[in-house]
This record gives sequence, C-alpha cells and structure tokens, in this order.
Amino acid sequence: MTTSTLPAPAPGLRPEDAMKERMNIVIGGHVDHGKSTVVGRLLADTGSLPEGKLEAVKALCERTAKPFEYAFLLDALKDEQAQGITIDAARVFFNTAKRHYIIIDAPGHIEFLKNMITGASRAEAALLVIDAKEGVQENSRRHGYMMSMLGIKQLAILVNKMDLVQYSQAHFNGIVKEYSAFLAQIGVHPACFIPAAGREGDNIAARSAAMPWYHGPTVLEALDQFHTERPALDKPFRMPVQDVYKFTAQGDDRRIVSGTIETGVVRVGDEVVFYPSGKKSRVKTIEAFNRPPQVEAFAGQAAGFTLAEQIYVSRGEIATIAGQDKPEVTTRIRVSLFWLGKSPLVKKRDYMLKVGTARVPCRLEEVHRVIDASNLNASEAKDRIDRHDVAECTFKLNRAAAFDLADELAATSRFVIVDDYEIRGGGIVREALSDRQSDIREKVMLRNFKWEPSIIPPERRAEKYSQKASLILITGARDADRKTLAKDLESRLFEDGRVVYFAGMANVVYGVDADIARKAENRQEHLRRLGEVSNMMLDAGAILIVTAQELSQDDLEVVKTAVDPDRIELIWVGDHVTTDVSYDMILGDQEAASEGVDRIKRLLQDKGILFRPW
Amino acid sequence: MTNTAQTMDHLDQLEARSVHIFREAYANFKSLCMLWSIGKDSTVLLWLARKAFYGHVPFPLVHIDTSFKIAEMIQYRDRLAAEWNLNLIYGQNVQALQEKRTFPDGAIDRIACCGALKTEALKKTLSGEWPRWKFNHAKKAYEIDKNSEPYTGVIVGARADEEGSRSKERYFSPRNQQSTWDVGDQPPEFWNQYKTDFAPGTHLRIHPLLDWTELNIWEYIERENIPTVSLYYDHGTGIRYRSLGCGPCTKPVESTSRNVQEIIAELKTGKFANIAERAGRAQDKDDGGGLETLRRDGYM
Repeated sequence: MTTSTLPAPAPGLRPEDAMKERMNIVIGGHVDHGKSTVVGRLLADTGSLPEGKLEAVKALCERTAKPFEYAFLLDALKDEQAQGITIDAARVFFNTAKRHYIIIDAPGHIEFLKNMITGASRAEAALLVIDAKEGVQENSRRHGYMMSMLGIKQLAILVNKMDLVQYSQAHFNGIVKEYSAFLAQIGVHPACFIPAAGREGDNIAARSAAMPWYHGPTVLEALDQFHTERPALDKPFRMPVQDVYKFTAQGDDRRIVSGTIETGVVRVGDEVVFYPSGKKSRVKTIEAFNRPPQVEAFAGQAAGFTLAEQIYVSRGEIATIAGQDKPEVTTRIRVSLFWLGKSPLVKKRDYMLKVGTARVPCRLEEVHRVIDASNLNASEAKDRIDRHDVAECTFKLNRAAAFDLADELAATSRFVIVDDYEIRGGGIVREALSDRQSDIREKVMLRNFKWEPSIIPPERRAEKYSQKASLILITGARDADRKTLAKDLESRLFEDGRVVYFAGMANVVYGVDADIARKAENRQEHLRRLGEVSNMMLDAGAILIVTAQELSQDDLEVVKTAVDPDRIELIWVGDHVTTDVSYDMILGDQEAASEGVDRIKRLLQDKGILFRPW
Repeated sequence: MTNTAQTMDHLDQLEARSVHIFREAYANFKSLCMLWSIGKDSTVLLWLARKAFYGHVPFPLVHIDTSFKIAEMIQYRDRLAAEWNLNLIYGQNVQALQEKRTFPDGAIDRIACCGALKTEALKKTLSGEWPRWKFNHAKKAYEIDKNSEPYTGVIVGARADEEGSRSKERYFSPRNQQSTWDVGDQPPEFWNQYKTDFAPGTHLRIHPLLDWTELNIWEYIERENIPTVSLYYDHGTGIRYRSLGCGPCTKPVESTSRNVQEIIAELKTGKFANIAERAGRAQDKDDGGGLETLRRDGYM
C-alpha cells in the first residue's frame, strides 16, 4: 500500500477550516420535553455520529427489548438510562458548514439545576425546548430566566412533539403567545420559535412536509443564524491576575504577571493599574512560550507581561489601564444571585466569595427580595435564600475586592459563593455600595498609585530576613497588660535574629498625630495614620508590634484598608473579649504572662511568618 | 500568526482555556501533579503546561508504568524528561507484576489487568502509599522519591469526545478517598469559576483538554511542532497506532499516514473520520461500558 491510495489533503480546505467559528450551544427546557431526542436527532440526521454508534444503540435496545430512542445516543451512561433522565450537561460535538458546535445537553430535572447552569454558563446561545402537548411548564420559565441571568442573549425556542398535536398551527401560536409574554417580562427577545418533532425529524435538520404553514428556519438553520460573540476588544482592559510567576530554573529571571484577559487590549508601554491596591507600573514586555515576540495581548487570550518597576502585586487583583474606566472597589455589594446549596444562604455565617481571581470571606447583610424563577413573583421580607431561589441581596465582604457592574462589564461582575468546600451559588454584581472605609480607601489607592517602588522586591527581603513582614496587633481589655507582652515579644524575636520593632501608641499619637486632637471623632484618622506608619515598616521588611486598647472590628477594618490584611495578626489579651473584633489568637491574663511570648512565636511559625533560612 | 489581527482561531481558543485551567490549578493546589501517559494527548497537555508557565513545568509528571508499554514510549519519556528538565516520577504495581496477575499470562481478563496495573497503581502512587521513582537529572537514573505526600490535585489529559462517560466530566472534578467518581452529583462550574476547595482526604482531577477533539490534538501538534512517538506513524508496513496503550491490548490500525499532516487529512476526510479513536482498545469492549466501570473506580 502506498500513500497515494489515501485522499490527499484538499488544498484550501485547511486555512478555511482553521478559521471556522466555534460556538457553545446549551439546550434546556422542562423534564421530558425531549431535549436529548432533539440533539440525538440532529447528530443522526447530519451524519455527526461515529460510525456504528446508531446501529450499536439500536442493537442494544433490541437486546434489552426497549423501543429505540434518539436520546439513548446521548445518555451514554448506564444509570442515566435506568433513570430515564439526563443527569449532567453532556457535551456533544457537532459540525455544520459554518461552525464547530459544542452542544451542551442541560438536564431538565429540578434536582440538576446546578448542572444546567454549568452548561449554560459556557454557552453563547441557547435552544429552549417546550413540549407542544404539555405547554409552558415551571422549568420552561426557570431555564429562560436563568439563561438571561447567565448572560446568554441569543435564544431560539423549539416547540417540540408537534406530531402529538396534529401539527396544529393554532396550538403552536398559543404557546408562542404565552411564552413570548413571559420572556418580555424579563427583557428577553428570542430569535425565533420553531415548530418541530424530534422523534420524527420535522424541522430539525430538514424542513417538515407536515407543517407547510411554517416558513421560519429549521433548528439547524437557526443555529447557523446565531452570531458568534466577538471578544470585547473595545471595552476597558481587564485581566484578573491569576499569579505572578518567577521560575528561576535555567537562569530565567522574568517576573511575569499572568492571567486571562476578559476585555480590552494591553500593549507594551501601557501604564497598568492594579485594583484593589491601586498600584501602578508600565508594561515592559508581553511574554509567551513558543511564539514570536508580541507587542500586545487582547481579550480572550491567556496572557502574561513583565513590568518596568518591581511592584508587589499578587493573585486576586485586576490589571487595568490608567485613564480607562476604573473598576469598583468596596466591601459592600448589591447582587442578583441564584442559590443551589441544600442549606439556605443565611445571615451571620461566613461564606467565601470568588470574583475574578480574588477570594474574599463575606457575610449576607440583607435580603432585598426573593424571586421565584418559575413565576417571577417577588416575595418580600425574607431573611434567608433557599435552594433554587433567585434573589437580590447585599453582601458585606471581609476586605475590599475589585469588580465591575453587570450592566457595564458582565465578565468581571460575575461571582460565585463557596460554602463547605462547594460552589453553592453564583450571580452578578449590580451595585457597589459605600462602606465606612471608602474615604480612607481612596487615599490608600492614591498612595499606592504614587508609590515609589523599591528596586528590592519584597520576596528578596523576606528571603534575607527569613521572615514575612507582618503587623502584630496586641489588643485587649482596658486593664490587660499588653505592653509587657509586646516588649517581651520584641526582645525575644530580636534575640532570635529577627528584624522586629515595637511601636508604642504614644510614639505615634504624639508624633505623626500631633496635629489632631485625641478625641473620639478623630479615631478613624488616628488609626489610618497608624496603618500608614505600619505599611511603611512592613515595606521595609520588618515585623512590627503595636499595642492598642479595645480595638473593635471597625477599627481593624480601617487598619486593614491601609495594610495588606494577609499581613495582620491580631492577638486579644484578657479573659473576656469586650469588643466585636475577630482575632487570630486569644490569651487569658494568666496565659499572657506565663506563656504569651511562646504562644505568639508558635503562631508566627505555623503561619509561615517566621521561617528558617534556606 | 493570527494575533496581530486580534482574532483567535479555534486552536488559539482551546489553548487559552487550557492555559487558564492550568494556572487556576497551580494557584490552588499545593500538592499538584500531572499524569503523563506518553501518548499524544498527555504530551499536548505537557506542552500546554509549558505554555502556561513560559517553558517551565512547575510540578511533577507522574507516569504509571505497567511494564507492558511499548519500549519506544519509555525511551521517548526519558529523552523529553532530560531535554525539558521535567520532574518525572513513575509508579508501578510491583506485586501484581511479580505474581504475574496480568493479561494474558495470568488467569485474569483485560478489565482486571487494567484495574491492577493502571487503576490500583495510580491510586497508590498518588496517595503515596506505594513507592515513587523519581528521575535524577544529574545521575540520569531513577531513584525512590523521598516525598510521599498525597497529591491533592491531579491534572489529566481526558477529552470529552473520547467516550460517553468522559463527556460528563467537569474541568475540576472531585474524587473521594477511594478515588471514586460520583457522576450523578458533580459540582457546578460557572463561567471561569471552578471547584478549587476540597475537604481533607479528597482530591481533584483537573481536565484542561476536556474540549479538545482528536483532530484538534493533531492540528495543534502540527502547529506547535510538538515531538511525538513514531509509533503513531506508518513506516512502510501499512500499519500505525492511533491510540497508545499496553502492547497486549492495543492493536495498530491499517493506515499509511507517515506524518502529522497525513494523519490530519485522514481524520478529516479519510477512513477514520467516523470511527471512534479508542476502537483499537480492547478493554473498552469487555463489558457494556468498560471504560465507565474503570473510570468510576478511579481510572484516568
């Protein structure tokens, strides 16, 4: 045999094919309305099945004395066929002359809403299937609502099983009217309604002879009529930082800020600003492996760049370009959210919010309204959000995060909520609310923007001093002996060879704060200045110990605005906690005196703040 | 290149998503590793890791050596390990091999053989219960790895188009202590947010190649000029391997494709355009859903 027996690669096919668009389509709808049958039929009618698959499934049906169903082609898993419902969002590959499609078969059963959302959040367009005989059902509405919330703008409605209603045009029109009215309420305008019969193949890949009154597209045509979403190149630049890499192997000294660009374009020489910190630098090079040198990177790319100045930025910040619209930075957000957790979302419980690449502990502050997705009724006055609810609520974040608003930049407005290791809900940020630290945060961001970075990077200092620069706040009840503990700790760490400094409050109050009175209304400003002094000491690589009486959570929030919250350890001294502050360690009066220094030192070792030189 | 025009073709898009997933995995898992079967998929996976980390591979590559792999695969493995400065580790079911509990020598079927040499070896190697042999670059030899920490994140080259059960996978897919997969109750994945939190004792399988097809793999190998094992190509005998596994259970296919370009042409328009890739893998056929049985139990 020689290669000449094989068909030669058609010249001109390859470049054309490489340019072919890709599109993710999700198919949703109420249980048993025939989604899998429609997809199975599409695959069979367009010759997209692997050779022998159709025959194999038919043979299996014969062996097990089950009538053949097109849905079996997708329900490849044994227990799915046993249950007769689609469990997960199965992905099916599919080609037309125009595009590569990935069809995501979303399950209709309410139990599996999270799988449907998984499928839908990857899709650019949706097909929604409604059973002509059963008509519009709970999940027909719920899925329509969810898809709009997930950001899918293109929707085609497939009225299936028309054979069961004798291909009646009047029946079809009734469903069109009812469902259009519902979609209009949520601001969704479908591309088309298609009367079809999956099992018979009517209007799926081929035009139906049974419905001569219908002149719109077949399902296949409707798919090809959807538009491919172009990456948002003309929007402000946003790149959530996944990491800053410095791999030293084989003499590599690049320090590369890396992430996937959500919107916009970045070029060599651009002034980039990172939020929430507000730090800025200039793009020195665009980095990529096995590619010719680049001068720009754009939306959709998994990119990386080096900076002209060695500023300290880390995962969780968003890279932006100076002069373009800024993202929001705050600790209070109003959101639209859907909840999937078996336990309800409640107040006074800590959750983890993931937005962009940031992870921020948060609490539910207020529930504004809960909407039943299946009928859009708003029920007021609820203080929790139950499973499968869609709601508007406010979260209080443990520290400031950067994000955009859903109406402005959808991609960077999206978040999920993690509880007990699992993603339990997700949504979009509608509004950035002010918090008590807003004014201070503005000052801090400006300071970071103007900050003159040292040419010695923080990790070099950490390496040299064998310690992570940290602020140790020792607070406690009025009569607790904080100062002795602080001084003993300073002395112990110093003798261990650490770079450590104890700053008594008086040192700050009568020096840096000499121009402001020691009054309650100036407390925030005193704390801000303490934070600024601490920030500078930490930038120098030191461990700074500060004592303060009865710090409250609000006080701590102010300090956290000025100092990286990851670098603060709060020790409460005293048998009773008299404020609402959250602490990293508590020492009773007796303990503080007898073993306080040892305990704190162990804490610092456990947290990797003190480490051995390598 | 396409990027001066600020457009991305389908390979650019697949690459970008895979790189994103790699970076999420690296940021979230302290004890991360990647499985490398030496085949084309996991070699593309390795290449994508080098894309994500600018030429570096900052975690160990774990190879499960059944001892039945075709000899050229092992030579190729050790050559790339040296050239690309890889942290390479292999694990093996030494006992099953000593006792000859293998197919076809032992009195066991293909599924049981895969179970022992692949699934069990993989589980015990990942958990650190069995020894791991690590490539020493200075000595150019393998030695017992002192690190026996369990891996909590395992990057795997599974593709959704390979087989029905794989099309149900998540990019970040949890496994419990016994490495089993609960396909009926999987975590949701929204937009670019994945399950990166995990309870003690559990681990995650990470699938950066989930959206790739067999054709995409070859197109990318061609575009990036990725070195592959020559077993994939016909050397004049009219046969080649389409999928690589153990010698006794992987049959070559009749094909005269001599290079990457000819394989791509064959996949697009030739006789393989509609035949499943794993058709040459005998263990898939031994029960109704052979691969599914293996996967639930922890198989790649």
